Amino acid sequence: MAESDKNKIKSLADAIRDLVDDTPITLMEVCGTHTMAIARYGIKSLLPASLDIVSGPGCPVCVTSAQDIQFAIDLANQKDCLVATFGDMIKVPGESSNLGSAQNVEVVYSPFDALEMARQNPGKEIVLLGLGFETTTPLIASLIKSAASSNLGNFSVLPMHKLVPPALKLLVADHDSKLDGFILPGHVSAITGTGYFEFLETAGIGGVVSGFTSLDIMESIYVLIADIIAGRTRVLNNYERVVRKNGNPKAFNLIWEVYEPEDSKWRGIGTIPASGLHIKDKYEDLDANCKFELKKREVEEPKGCICGEILMGRKKPKDCRHFGKTCTPLYPVGPCMVSSEGTCAAWYKYHKE
Amino acid sequence: MCLAIPVQVKEIKNNNRAVVDNNGVNFEASTNLVENLKVGDFVLIHAGFIIEILTRDDAREKLALLEEFYQKTGRGKNGRE
Ligand code: SF4
Repeated sequence: MAESDKNKIKSLADAIRDLVDDTPITLMEVCGTHTMAIARYGIKSLLPASLDIVSGPGCPVCVTSAQDIQFAIDLANQKDCLVATFGDMIKVPGESSNLGSAQNVEVVYSPFDALEMARQNPGKEIVLLGLGFETTTPLIASLIKSAASSNLGNFSVLPMHKLVPPALKLLVADHDSKLDGFILPGHVSAITGTGYFEFLETAGIGGVVSGFTSLDIMESIYVLIADIIAGRTRVLNNYERVVRKNGNPKAFNLIWEVYEPEDSKWRGIGTIPASGLHIKDKYEDLDANCKFELKKREVEEPKGCICGEILMGRKKPKDCRHFGKTCTPLYPVGPCMVSSEGTCAAWYKYHKE
Repeated sequence: MCLAIPVQVKEIKNNNRAVVDNNGVNFEASTNLVENLKVGDFVLIHAGFIIEILTRDDAREKLALLEEFYQKTGRGKNGRE
């Protein structure tokens, strides 16, 4: 890091300490990349004790319901089926196993690779897991459109997408979460624009769209704290080099061309109204839910895992009896320990060692 | 999962793809999600797709800062997570 940036961070840390002056403040970030960056850079060690930063439901893998994961595993165990997924998903437990131990699974880097797999394996049904928030969804939507126009009969998507605002609304309404402000996800905002989050202002809580370097994050904390202390409630953009007020309309509109909102189950949290997406009728041939006869089954969550409460900002990983004992990244019990972006995994890595 | 990295556009192909350069490593990315892309633009890439066009100076600055992120996290060199 450049010396000038180090100095900036140091003066920001001092400025934040002066502003906070022992006032208890809790900020929440809702993006797995922020979770990792904050832990990695030791941001919390630069902040005063009364200022807490908690990780919300920002890791798509962690919030995918066990039921949906089990459905993907069941699909991957069918003959002639090949499930394509981002690597993050492989180790997340469903009922008793994970996707990594299912028979027909292929990890892809880009969703495009799944389309290529369909072209090259005409005798197989390729099912792409449609994971992710507003950043990733346009990619999958674009792929669904390409597949539709090329009449690929052996390709489908299993939609598991989640939308950020409904979860934020739930968090704001949850009195036990006691949040004072949000650090908003930079790459979701690149697609949606900052306007997408302005509903927070009416809900009485501010936020700042942030980038991912240590300087970005410290600046974002500073501007948000300054607003909170001054009693101002607004949504700020501290990632202007990437994020515009109206985002990337072409990408954002693609989501709504292909998908419609539906109620969706968040792992450990429960069903949040209109927080998921299903594929519109026009593209139903490409919807794995329509294509396969398999039934979704109820799946029990691992006993004692408190991921849900952690994602809601009510508890910390150390409050879980499994943490660091029966639950470690090598032998994860719950989803928050599996993904490197999960809160328990980040805590384990940076607070434990 | 929403990790995106800045790279520079080297060549725009006619099949909705562009060749981008990440620190001397060239690879292809989809241009389906952006409009008015030009050779020389700095762009953000996420899972093989260009998701936004950046302003040039900021991208340079960001590239320098990201170097540090890579070194510390071992993540993202070729746009992968
Ligand atoms: S430590 Fe493991 S079991 Fe406990 S909440 Fe985290 S993921 Fe769940």
